[in-house]
Amino acid sequence: MLEIKNLHVKLEDDDTVILKGVNLNLEPGKVHAIMGPNGSGKSTLSYVLSGRDGYEVTEGEAWLDGVNILDLEPEERAAAGLFLAFQYPVEIPGVSNMTFLRTAVNAQRKARGEEEMNSTEFLKLIRERAKTLDIDADMLKRPINVGFSGGEKKRNEILQMAMLEPRMCILDETDSGLDVDAMKLVAKGVNALRDPNRAFLVITHYQRLLDHIEPDVVHIMSDGRIIKTGGPELAIEVEKNGYADIKAEVA
Amino acid sequence: MALTQAKLDATEARLAAMDAPAQGAGWLAQARGGAVARLREMGLPGRRDEYWKFTRPDSLIAPEAPRAAVFEIDEAPMFDEFDRLKLVFVDGVFDPDSSDDPSLAGVEIERLSDVADTDIHWARDLYGVLEARGQSPVARPLAALNTGYAKDGFLIRVTGRAERPISLIYRHETDSSDAILHHVVRLEEGAELTLLENGPAAARFNKVLEVDIADGARFNHIRAQGRDHERRAATHIFARLGAESVFKSFTMSVNGVMTRNECVIELTGDDAVAHVAGAAMGDGDFHHDDTVFVTHDAERCESRQVFKKVLRNGAVGVFQGKILVKDGAQKTDGYQISQSLLLDDDSQFLAKPELEIYADDVACSHGSTTGAIDADTLYYLRSRGVPEAEATDLLVLSFLAQAVEEIEDEALREAITARLDAWLARRRG
Ligand SMILES: Nc1ncnc2c1ncn2[C@@H]1O[C@H](COP(=O)(O)OP(=O)(O)OP(=O)(O)O)[C@@H](O)[C@H]1O
Ligand SMILES: [Mg+2]
Repeated sequence: MLEIKNLHVKLEDDDTVILKGVNLNLEPGKVHAIMGPNGSGKSTLSYVLSGRDGYEVTEGEAWLDGVNILDLEPEERAAAGLFLAFQYPVEIPGVSNMTFLRTAVNAQRKARGEEEMNSTEFLKLIRERAKTLDIDADMLKRPINVGFSGGEKKRNEILQMAMLEPRMCILDETDSGLDVDAMKLVAKGVNALRDPNRAFLVITHYQRLLDHIEPDVVHIMSDGRIIKTGGPELAIEVEKNGYADIKAEVA
Repeated sequence: MALTQAKLDATEARLAAMDAPAQGAGWLAQARGGAVARLREMGLPGRRDEYWKFTRPDSLIAPEAPRAAVFEIDEAPMFDEFDRLKLVFVDGVFDPDSSDDPSLAGVEIERLSDVADTDIHWARDLYGVLEARGQSPVARPLAALNTGYAKDGFLIRVTGRAERPISLIYRHETDSSDAILHHVVRLEEGAELTLLENGPAAARFNKVLEVDIADGARFNHIRAQGRDHERRAATHIFARLGAESVFKSFTMSVNGVMTRNECVIELTGDDAVAHVAGAAMGDGDFHHDDTVFVTHDAERCESRQVFKKVLRNGAVGVFQGKILVKDGAQKTDGYQISQSLLLDDDSQFLAKPELEIYADDVACSHGSTTGAIDADTLYYLRSRGVPEAEATDLLVLSFLAQAVEEIEDEALREAITARLDAWLARRRG
């Protein structure tokens, strides 16, 4: 589904190199997890894939179903099926969650040449999906993320994902700041979306999220590279021993 | 201070181009005469006046109104969906045929031109009186000109709770129209009224609205100043608030090459509340000036000014706002914010926020900012599939929301938001 080949990224404004040749092949139906020390480049990878300004790709490609998405605008990548659940969701006063989501859903449909969703259909769908995530009508009416608790913001990201139905879902530390119950809700939301035609890339620091969203493949990122790839047991090893052993092993 | 020759000449040239107002009964003729005398003393605004530092008054004081093409658009008129009493003016002249019968329970509505021969009238204590009070400490000559020469307008006295809003509709049909309207609203104790205003009115429009709010009364005002690109307007609101009364005014402005909206508020009774807000969007040849002067002259009053402007393609926004807290106006709560969102480097926002405080136990704050679209927020919206132009417009609405939220009534708030949204969508094409 998403094939990342030899991705090198530096900051646009100076010579700081952050990603130093990342290779990943994310297959449909699979959940890949990325773990790695702070500052190793995990969020940068997700930003570069979704098209944030400020980074320069110096080498490499990222193919989403035959299209090199690195050439596309952020909205085009979204319409192509890519979604990033942000580590730090943005607050936007004065625009309701509902308005925003309807605009987004219909913008994507329009971009794909599909018919727009009418308001009745949309309302029905959003109510249903919000309910699974324990998001009430009031939260839908409120301005985007304004005054939301950390957990509410993350749940809201998953709601957006559920409404937009992307094929490639990237979750950046969606578990951080969540209490146990909220994490279960989020995991339930994610698991409900698991599908043979959809791939997930889950960035996390903790094994506990992976207890609920079971990964097929676990990667370790360090200093801008994937230094080790394995099965779910790799996450358990990290949880127990940290990154020192793995780093030493590949050094 | 003696007027400069240039000022004298400009003033006399303007007056020479005016039709003399109908004389009318003693009180009205007197009020008009007094206003003309005031005007001659202060002279029309000139480019060197401190109060006109950011806005060139030339086109507003010229003997002839610059032409303004009538803007044709296929859009339902503003406030169409609301149950209201409609009073329609065409190029500044009341048009009874397009209007509702001006009768409303709990409200007396009279046309200015009809009362001219009435010997004594409740409005004699107000017409031009609030305007005259508002001439100090800063002169507002265009308002005096208005009082002296307005032939039309409404005198509205509210004794109860008006069951429907009164809606003043200003149609513009002639390229060269130069309209002057003067309205007076008096709310008796405990009375309530919502006043709606919309429409470009004329090629050039000079309007004064005097509002006297007795103890415990509430006045709500929503205005949509729109559409015609070349229109010009100089408007004044003079409001006087009694104890525990409430004044709330919101103005949406889009388009218009020249707009100067002055709002002069005097809080004279304890525990009164005055909120004035504006949301303006300009594209290209657009100059929009909000000039507000709030005087606290009683205890525990609250005043709030919230002004937002979105500017692009060389549009200019101006804000001059002052809170004056007089000696003895203890526990005053005064707030003022003026902000602009500049969508490019060609546009400009000029602000002069001022506080002048003579009481010692008050809480006043003011702030003014100029900013651009936040890159991270824009990226967030785009990452959800919203194209850049649409995402920018959502952020424009987000920016204006704080001002729009000053409108209490949800339906009116939504109607205004829908208009702002439609304006933005038209520009996206
Ligand atoms: N826009 C930027 N400007 C300056 N430095 C940046 C920028 N983006 C990333 N970096 C730097 O690049 C490195 C990688 O950052 P990144 O946020 O990708 O790490 P991460 O693996 O997500 O870390 P964490 O686990 O703490 O979230 C860090 O040293 C960070 O400071
Ligand atoms: Mg990170």
